[in-house]
Amino acid sequence: MSGQSGKISIRNACKVYDPEGVNVCAVDDCSLEIAAGEFCMVVGPSGCGKTTLLNAIAGFHGITSGEIYLDNELLCSSDYTAPPGADRIVVFQNGALFPWYTVLQNVTFGPMVQGVMSEGQAKKAALDLLGELGLRDIADSYPGELSSGMKRRVEIARALVNDPKVLLLDEPFRAMDALTKGVVHEFLLRVYDRMKKTIFFITHDLEEAIFLGSRVVIMTTRPCKVKRVIEVDIPRPRDFHARASERYRQLSSQVVNVVHEEARKAFEAGERELA
Amino acid sequence: MATITPPPNTPLTQPLPGDVGLWARLWFRLRYNFTNPESVKNLLLGTAGIVLFVLAWYATTELFKLPRFEKLPGPLAVWQEFTSTDPDFGTSLFTPQYYMHIWWSILRILAAFGLATALGVPLGLFMGWSKAFKDYTFPILELLRPIPVLAWVPLAILMWSGREAPIIFLAFLASFFATVLNTLLGVESIDESFFRAARCLGAKPHHIFFKVVIPGALPFIFTGLQIGMGVAWFSLVAAEMLSGEYGLGYLIWDSYVLSQYSVIVIAMGTLGLVGYLCSAAIRLVGRQLMRGTTRGTV
Repeated sequence: MSGQSGKISIRNACKVYDPEGVNVCAVDDCSLEIAAGEFCMVVGPSGCGKTTLLNAIAGFHGITSGEIYLDNELLCSSDYTAPPGADRIVVFQNGALFPWYTVLQNVTFGPMVQGVMSEGQAKKAALDLLGELGLRDIADSYPGELSSGMKRRVEIARALVNDPKVLLLDEPFRAMDALTKGVVHEFLLRVYDRMKKTIFFITHDLEEAIFLGSRVVIMTTRPCKVKRVIEVDIPRPRDFHARASERYRQLSSQVVNVVHEEARKAFEAGERELA
Repeated sequence: MATITPPPNTPLTQPLPGDVGLWARLWFRLRYNFTNPESVKNLLLGTAGIVLFVLAWYATTELFKLPRFEKLPGPLAVWQEFTSTDPDFGTSLFTPQYYMHIWWSILRILAAFGLATALGVPLGLFMGWSKAFKDYTFPILELLRPIPVLAWVPLAILMWSGREAPIIFLAFLASFFATVLNTLLGVESIDESFFRAARCLGAKPHHIFFKVVIPGALPFIFTGLQIGMGVAWFSLVAAEMLSGEYGLGYLIWDSYVLSQYSVIVIAMGTLGLVGYLCSAAIRLVGRQLMRGTTRGTV
């Protein structure tokens, strides 16, 4: 697991929906460099096009113009979209663990379908990873028997077992209560400290953004482009004490001010919630 | 790590420890139903309902002989006939005749239902999986589906020779449409994010078909099979009334023609029981296949 790969370059990306009829411009001339192994948080008003950007990186749909590269390899341009693959795995907003498989079967799914491991190897790798992440006890449970926080941890494990270059998280902790959120935050920070994957993390929760991220990218209201990038220089490894620090509070108020301005604009423009 | 405790009174789906066999689960369920206060209450209420129904039947037919009800066989007459070793009309628990009728009906059902499942489930899965295939097949299916099975009777007789083939065809037809449609709905009910997640993890189309489409649609497929079983019996009885030499539908019609009214009720009760057992068997298979999954409740 080298920390060297996983650099994402978004260059002048535009995405226009329905080019025939009413043009809805979701992403407009958006440029962003995410270094290999960076924990990048993306915040912005609802429906501003963050998810559109994430889906393009994941390969679920293309972009209208501009380019997106992963380690200098083209992912997306106006006439090409790389199909989804195990080098950039999405953790979904509402969770997408297969309810018909056990935790272990979910985690071995990736290595097995890619054909990179035999069943025995995949099981061993999965159990090792689950053990490392403190999830070994639930290997034989079905997702329906787990709490929401546990499910998200398993889903992150399911992604990590493939050794992806990039983790794409689309508001994965959105519907959680504060306590559960606190637990999964620490889990994700531990994972990050250990594996140093590039993380592209979309959220509405500004405190979450500062607590987790190395950089917080604030997007404008639709069409989406980068409004401001804030470096979060709170040292790692972080734990919940970081939330009590002076620096954390300064950064929070800075981010809140910028986002509030955009949210006001979005509200005044009568944008409807799309996310 | 918190242990998962099932809430009190959750019956039989979870509380069995580990992986136990089918018979152990059935035994557990049976014991549970007769010992747990809540389910004993349900059992008593259910029995009371049946007793009330039989009493009302008895009162209208045999006790008060109400107009229009006097010709109907009452529960006592039916029971007498059913349990007699030497029945007046030749059909009771102790005559081979009775089992012959049941046997033929079940054979036909198995043939019709088996065909409907073998053809309907794959067709529904492909329709849900491939948009082009659905566009191609869905309109004709939707055009044929609303035609009542009885309207097919003449064509069925023209199309198929012999006595059995038309009957099986009619029972098959009803079951087939229910199975296809529910399977299709099942595939379409699968959340888009499961497909996306599978593709992210490197799944190729055949993986998605076998590891996402089929298990994801399974709960709906089993709902479809249950409905299919119900309508198969429905059209089977109708078809057996028209032709046939054996079968419960034939028995009903024959007894009507011969004015052996209590036999009609015996055959009807038998249909109810056999139909219930068929549905229960499908439910059981479904539970076994979908054990542990939250969606696995049929």
